[in-house]
Amino acid sequence: MESIYLPELATITKVADLTATEKFFEIKLGSGRDLGHKPGQFVEVSVFGIGEAPISISSSPSKKGSFELAIRKVGNVTNAIHQMKPGATVGIRGPFGTNFPYEETKGKDLLFVAGGIGLVPARSFINYVLDNRKDYNRVIIMFGCRNPKERLFVDELASWAKRSDIEYLETVDKPLDTDWKGNCGVITTLFPKVTIDPGKTSCIVVGPPIMYRFVLKEALDKKIPKNQIYVSLERRMKCGVGKCGHCQINGLYCCQDGPVFKYSDITGLEEAL
Amino acid sequence: MATMILTKQNLTDFVESLIKSGAVVGVQKKEGKFAYAPLKKATDLTLDYDVTLLPPKKYIMPQWETLIKFKVKPEVKVEGVVESDSITILGVHPYDLKAINQLDRLFEEKNPDENYLKRRAATIIIALTPARASKWSFWTSMDSASVDKGYDLLLTDLGGKYAVEAGTPKGEALLKKHAKTDQASPDDIKKLQSVKKSVKDLCASDRKIKAAVPELKSILLKKRQSKLWEDKAEKCYSCGSCNMICPTCYCFDVLEDLNLDLQGGRRYRLWDGCQLEDFAKIGSGENFREERMHRYRHRFYRKWDYLFEKLSEPACVGCGRCSSVCLPDITDPVKIFNSLKEEK
Repeated sequence: MESIYLPELATITKVADLTATEKFFEIKLGSGRDLGHKPGQFVEVSVFGIGEAPISISSSPSKKGSFELAIRKVGNVTNAIHQMKPGATVGIRGPFGTNFPYEETKGKDLLFVAGGIGLVPARSFINYVLDNRKDYNRVIIMFGCRNPKERLFVDELASWAKRSDIEYLETVDKPLDTDWKGNCGVITTLFPKVTIDPGKTSCIVVGPPIMYRFVLKEALDKKIPKNQIYVSLERRMKCGVGKCGHCQINGLYCCQDGPVFKYSDITGLEEAL
Repeated sequence: MATMILTKQNLTDFVESLIKSGAVVGVQKKEGKFAYAPLKKATDLTLDYDVTLLPPKKYIMPQWETLIKFKVKPEVKVEGVVESDSITILGVHPYDLKAINQLDRLFEEKNPDENYLKRRAATIIIALTPARASKWSFWTSMDSASVDKGYDLLLTDLGGKYAVEAGTPKGEALLKKHAKTDQASPDDIKKLQSVKKSVKDLCASDRKIKAAVPELKSILLKKRQSKLWEDKAEKCYSCGSCNMICPTCYCFDVLEDLNLDLQGGRRYRLWDGCQLEDFAKIGSGENFREERMHRYRHRFYRKWDYLFEKLSEPACVGCGRCSSVCLPDITDPVKIFNSLKEEK
């Protein structure tokens, strides 16, 4: 029996700045095997000597040989990762948790609503869908962040905006001192701009805690059934294996029963949103 | 194995022999109270205790436990660490054993936790039928006055001598190897049955929950919005004492230390408590149970509702330790359930 707390060594193969606070990392497992994740899952990343933190996987499983993380520096571990250069060694446990409904939604319409770094886990599913575009029907992506300087993966956002097989909508809360020419306003202001077929649409919502209530209301106003709405929740997923207790949302363990939840499964849980 | 009898002298010799053959911990007097500690001689053992300060859980899920060791220089290397020195725990009361039985299942389910399970497998438990109850005990209300598994041997004081029953082949072998025993007479058996029967009467008469165990979860489910949670939590210091002394609490934090040579270090887990302010706080500063009431209520629901889903019984064994350590006296399950039941 292998210890569930023993990370596998892995190498950072690429680092890039995304914003002032987020960096992009490409990581290759020491064994050379694929991570074998599903869109929406997370890994526990170790910086030895500092600690371990749960991080969403940002790349599609269709990307082979390595996987990608986009990490905001907020604490000890993430600040240490930000100091690391290509060639540096980290530890990886996982993948852990539930995934976005990439099987159930084949042939159906997808509405992605990503706020800020919510784009990071959503991107694993978006890129999976784009790699298998013919398997899905309409793809609508709504992305919103506080200001243009917080936009992540700007080249990918631009390529999504150009594609004729994606309906891409974007907004910023405030343009600040930039020459932003796009939409201004919170992410919910994008909803009146689209018409959807609620019966065949699945809605994927990922963003900061404050965003969920407002976006869920818009999705429900569009008559999307609760069991076709998926959210990805953030908690203190310390062990990743359903033991340590920190990530509990009422009786659910966010690390095992989540992070991706069907809205219909958590509507009765006071602690969920 | 048939029930055997140990005279007091034979019990003392048995314990001495165990001490000679390996690590033994047992209940001993400590500043007017009782605590599990390494046994140096058999006469230090106290078998007429009411309750120990900490439950014997600490020997299977220690307060501090290394999970991995790593090197960062000259290159990064990492290895898993599983510490599982064999140990004999002497004098475990049924409620504490029931808690260990629950932890066995919780650490085994879904993702087996090798660190816990290997240490558990290396542990010999000699249980003890209680002769006394602390004034806070309510184990009878939690169906924990007796336990039918988890022990290797079970001792019961028959007055001047002890009955000993084996729960496992390991316990039977231990007894054969280390003890001189006699066959129990029909009178001994009769006495044993009557002592065991009377255990449930040891808890004080005011330590009764006025509802049966299967009813407790449904009481909680109806009372999530009760004002009681707010009222009690207002007095809570968020000290986490109720977590730290609980035989069924098993939440842990994971930290790591770099050695002074900065070449390597270790990652370890340590007990954590859901009543502590930062328990559900994440790196960004968001705290998902920031309010005391939410943390306070969470503890009750975790024990009587959330873990009930996994265990089919509440994760409370009625030891009364939480009630005894709580300065503002707000954790007592007896008072809380009886108040909730009386609420309209």
